[in-house]
Amino acid sequence: MLPDSPFGQVISLSHKHLVQDVPRPGDAAAPGAAVLRDVLAGGPFDAAAAGFVLAALPDSAAPVLWVSDRMSRRENGRLYGPALAQFGLKGPILRVEVSHPRDVLWAMEEGAGCAGLAAVVGEIHGAPEVLSFTATKRLALRAETAQLPVWLIRSADHGALSAARERWRLSSLPSQMHPDNPQAPGLPQWEAELFRARGRAPGVWSAGYDRSARTAADRLRLVSRSGDGPLAEDHRAAADAAG
Amino acid sequence: MDRWRRITAQQRTLPDETVPVVLAQAGRHGPVVYAVSVAAQARGISEGARIVDVQAIHPDLHVEQADAPGDRKLLDRVAHWARRWCPWTVRDGADGIVMDVTGADHLFGGETAMLRDIGTRFQMQGLTARLAMAPTRGAAQMLARFGVGRVICDTEDLEMCLAPLPVAALRIGADTDRLLQRLGLKTLGALMQVPRVALMRRFDRLAEEINPLVLLDRALGRTADPLNAPADARHWLARVRLPEPVIDPLPHLEALAQDLCVQLAEAEQGARQLRLTIYRVDGEWRSRDVATASASRDPAHLLRLLAGKLDGIDPGFGFDLLTLEALRVEPLALQQDHLEGRRDAQRDVAALLDRLTARLGPDKITWSAWVQSHLPERVEHALPALGHVAGQAPVLDRARPLRLLDPPEEIAVLYAVPEGPPARFRWRRVAYLTRRHEGPERIAPEWWRDRPGTRLRDYYKVEVGDGRRFWIYREGILGDGRGGDPRWFMQGIFA
Repeated sequence: MLPDSPFGQVISLSHKHLVQDVPRPGDAAAPGAAVLRDVLAGGPFDAAAAGFVLAALPDSAAPVLWVSDRMSRRENGRLYGPALAQFGLKGPILRVEVSHPRDVLWAMEEGAGCAGLAAVVGEIHGAPEVLSFTATKRLALRAETAQLPVWLIRSADHGALSAARERWRLSSLPSQMHPDNPQAPGLPQWEAELFRARGRAPGVWSAGYDRSARTAADRLRLVSRSGDGPLAEDHRAAADAAG
Repeated sequence: MDRWRRITAQQRTLPDETVPVVLAQAGRHGPVVYAVSVAAQARGISEGARIVDVQAIHPDLHVEQADAPGDRKLLDRVAHWARRWCPWTVRDGADGIVMDVTGADHLFGGETAMLRDIGTRFQMQGLTARLAMAPTRGAAQMLARFGVGRVICDTEDLEMCLAPLPVAALRIGADTDRLLQRLGLKTLGALMQVPRVALMRRFDRLAEEINPLVLLDRALGRTADPLNAPADARHWLARVRLPEPVIDPLPHLEALAQDLCVQLAEAEQGARQLRLTIYRVDGEWRSRDVATASASRDPAHLLRLLAGKLDGIDPGFGFDLLTLEALRVEPLALQQDHLEGRRDAQRDVAALLDRLTARLGPDKITWSAWVQSHLPERVEHALPALGHVAGQAPVLDRARPLRLLDPPEEIAVLYAVPEGPPARFRWRRVAYLTRRHEGPERIAPEWWRDRPGTRLRDYYKVEVGDGRRFWIYREGILGDGRGGDPRWFMQGIFA
């Protein structure tokens, strides 16, 4: 259970409570909207968060500012350019590779005020002191002023306080079936949990991206997991065993 | 030749003095001699001869490649350096410098002393110079190239000095030279004897630069031949003198930036590189450099760049002079803002690059550049964003991981299977169970680049129990004769 914050109620969802609120493209809450979003990695060495962010980036030929600190590069590896085309990214990536999270936040704030960018993405490992509620609040306000989507990927962080308008937690799910080879992993699937949001209900989805989609709005697919038979049964069995 | 000697002397590969050395340049029919050393000159090797011919005569000849553009650049710099004697100096052709020392010789104690000074200074630079001084530019050029020794020639004996020189000294071109030789006019003295009307009638179709009569008139001072020296590059500088020494430069920066930007705006230039210098009261000075991604003369922008650089500047006991200079400028026309108040996206990004680079350093902010290579870690490399443009990413049909570990990390195989990836392995102290896998994708070493003995790699995409997908590879195969058992490495993480 997460601690309650004085700034808003923190909702922790049980897996039994599944929500059917899938945002429609063009919504204020759609993935392209210009707000600050946190993406927490569900486990260590999991690239699901970065994949989710890339799939949700808006369609634009403008550059994307990608800021990372040294620890996240060392722990999770650096972003690899040749893989980016799979995510439908059209603009180039402007990388800023700094060592301290303080510089990451500074560079993100600078980037959030720049109208020529498509989006700003920052990566911070752990929960350093500088990544305080105030720092995230500043980022959130900047993003809303400049009308620029800003994403903050926080690995190895279990939900420290943040002023992000939406907070996601991403972890990998077993991939889909490979169309040709049953032994091979297919298209990726992630479990996307929106555990705190302003203006929409939190929920858990099974997320994936569609490589053939034309526009960014169609690329990211959030599928409600309520209808997922075997998994729901798993959880029910676990709940029965517990209760 | 002197430049070549200096470069090779620095590398300590200078051949023996007695070995004839020539510098070669590409000619119409193979390489020709461009410059000769003293030893080669003593053997009678002349410039313009074909290298193969000279080599046949002198088998011990040492031939080096000439660097004509480098020579020209050096000569330009030397011409600029020669302004220590007089304000008008021009590079003359590929191997000369013309100086107009009118009114400057008394500063060096007369003409003779000045010429001696010039000779000594060139010698100190390690350059051989042939010097001549004459009342006209043409005469001085001819005397320096074709005269004997160091000559100072006055207005009265000008004709006498020039008379014994060959007509080729006029630099009239091979055709005219041959024609004059055939007419029996071998020296300038003979040419001067010929009535002007005859020469004029004969050569009236030739252009000014190769017309012997025009050139002779210029050399003898009958027509004016002024020297047109290139203007000095303009120095963009704004300075603030303070009546009292201060510690903090920040309050004065705005005036400086505005002053500089007004200067730049008048000339329609924008700064690419700036240097702020403080001159301290104890005689020391400190400076800070900033660069911009695109030319700019916006005082507010320059101010923001500079303000971030002031932290490390040591004011000592205070300073009383501040200068801001633009080291590099580029033409920048006035830019029209969008009518509806929209901001220019490209300019915004350039300004962002400036700010990031000024604070974090140029190698931290990068675009990706792409290399044709099969090895995953070689495909992409980083170029500083300031000064480069973003490259186009290659389209790969192979699956590549979203995150790359560089360098790859070795994994411990817990349960190996004969074909395919290990069924159980340990990476970063956690054991993983392989559920599904895809591969292998074999990437052979690049023999033209790698050391001999580099092993090939078999890449597998494996999915472990909780759904994470990793990119692992086996280095080498058993019995490839390039080391012991193959090892396994983790190189990437798929999304």
